Amino acid sequence: MRNKNPLRFIYATPYAAWLLLFVLAPIVVIVYYSFFDLSGQLTLANYRNFFTSIYFKLTMSSFWYAFLITFFALLISYPTAYFLTKTKHKQLWLLLIIIPSWINLLLKTYAFIGLMGKYGPINAFLEAVGIGGQQILFTDFSFVFVSVYIFIPFMILPIFNSLDKINPTLLDASKDLGANAWVTFKRVIWPMTTDGVKSGIQVVFIPALSLFMITRLIAGNKVITLGTAIEQQFLVTQNWGMGSTIAVFLIIFMFLIMVLTSGKKGGIIK
Amino acid sequence: MKGLISSAFVIILVSGLLLFTNYQLEHKAGRAGKDTITVYNWGEYIDPDLLKQFEEEEGIKVIYETFDSNEGMMGKIEQGGTAYDVTVPSEYAVQMMEEKDLLLPLDFSKIPNIKHIDPYFMNLPFDPDNQYSIPYFWGTVGIAYNASLLEGQTFESWESLWDASLRQRLILVDSAREVIGVSLNSLGYSLNSTSLQELKEATDKLETMGPNVKAVIGDEVTQLMVNNEASVALTWSGQAADMIYENDDIDYIVPKEGSNLWFDNIVIPRTSTNVEGAYKFINFMLDPEVAAQNADYVGYSTPNSSALSFMDEETTGDERFYPDEEARKNLEVYENLGLETLGVYNELFLKFKMGLR
Repeated sequence: MRNKNPLRFIYATPYAAWLLLFVLAPIVVIVYYSFFDLSGQLTLANYRNFFTSIYFKLTMSSFWYAFLITFFALLISYPTAYFLTKTKHKQLWLLLIIIPSWINLLLKTYAFIGLMGKYGPINAFLEAVGIGGQQILFTDFSFVFVSVYIFIPFMILPIFNSLDKINPTLLDASKDLGANAWVTFKRVIWPMTTDGVKSGIQVVFIPALSLFMITRLIAGNKVITLGTAIEQQFLVTQNWGMGSTIAVFLIIFMFLIMVLTSGKKGGIIK
Repeated sequence: MKGLISSAFVIILVSGLLLFTNYQLEHKAGRAGKDTITVYNWGEYIDPDLLKQFEEEEGIKVIYETFDSNEGMMGKIEQGGTAYDVTVPSEYAVQMMEEKDLLLPLDFSKIPNIKHIDPYFMNLPFDPDNQYSIPYFWGTVGIAYNASLLEGQTFESWESLWDASLRQRLILVDSAREVIGVSLNSLGYSLNSTSLQELKEATDKLETMGPNVKAVIGDEVTQLMVNNEASVALTWSGQAADMIYENDDIDYIVPKEGSNLWFDNIVIPRTSTNVEGAYKFINFMLDPEVAAQNADYVGYSTPNSSALSFMDEETTGDERFYPDEEARKNLEVYENLGLETLGVYNELFLKFKMGLR
């Protein structure tokens, strides 16, 4: 604290208050509740319960689906973002991709129920091209598809920003020094965009772990995530202790993911 | 900086102005006045014309709010800060609210129309002597099916839901007690079973139904059935009535092994600030003609026996929605099993859902 400027404390106050009231305090309350059972007794039973087969399996399947969603979102977003940086009116194209994310999530989800239904346009199309109608709604596929659709804008944005910041002279230099397109991508472009990819993974993977309305509306509850389990513990079973315990683990998982994906690698000069 | 300050000032000024106009408007509409009641009911569970009629007859303004689960409603009332005068919990929720001391005891002298309620629906185990509650609507749990999409399957027995011909076609409701109840009923056990042995047997049997289950969802099922997207669904009678109203091919049946008989009940929560108004509202809703109009609109079965004569013979004679006393013998009312057992039911149900493919 070399800089003893009193103004600094004044400027820091809103941030500190925010952190205390809306980040720290809720976490403390959740942790506190997780140590109580239904009758209000102090207990570790909730934590023991979490490690029984059912919640362990739930966690595993949540991770699996979150992984799938993040993987496909990345697979689609990276080339898209790259393509966008090469277009003439890139801000306009970017905006067109971002706009759907302004529409309410539930509204979009309900739209998919109609689209993917037995008599919806997707099945009509499959019918017309001779593949025949399929059961699309209430499958793993529909769940991953809709989730990827919803998360894609959040994946594209950070990747686009990091790609856009690359100085084109670096690419020219790479070419001049004899690198082909693949080597340029591998050795120059990719390392310079890993930060964007990492933050993209963060903003997709973490919410994907706790998706909950889509699991019911699109997957017909055949996919259960940690988010669904928490909702049920609070609203149906009214076991706030167990709900909080699951939430505590979710926070721990999120924290681990943040740590894993934010480790700054050295060697990249900005 | 100057621009920022002046725009902040403008925002505050506009907000203040809007607040003032809103206050004036509400005042004019009588909403902020003394003679208002706040009714907290399930969604689409009252004929809105009746609210207007009540406002005109009694000069009491009604603020109407809705909820979609007993638990959500109870949570809001328990947390306080609300002024609900009338609400409509299901039977087990009445019991829970009573235990938590959230209800006011009813004074029947202020509800003369109580005499119209069928005695069969009074003095039930969840609220002896109707100390706190009056039945509003009742119904059953059963199977809605669309014969035009099926190959002649019938559903006289719960066992039919296990039939291999229904592979990936059955829609279940996302509610633990109803779904496990199907299995309990088919095994001849009570819907209020607390025996872990019986529950295990029931969920083991339920798991073998897994391949037939297409989805486990909520109210969305109505639209899926109406649009011929789904052919068989486990559902509540009123929801089935909605489906039938929009799609003639759909039928509803309560299997012979028995099922759940449920009630939604009018109560006055402790949060009430206008108890007199609440009584007037309850008495109004129990008026036979009003109750008949309401039942026609909502589609569930009314416990108001005098109202039946104002309704269509076709509706009130419909055994599917107004089963006679003989048929009702097989029906069982849910008891509040306590949070512990409710937790067991939900965990078993969660396990069942996780096993679905």
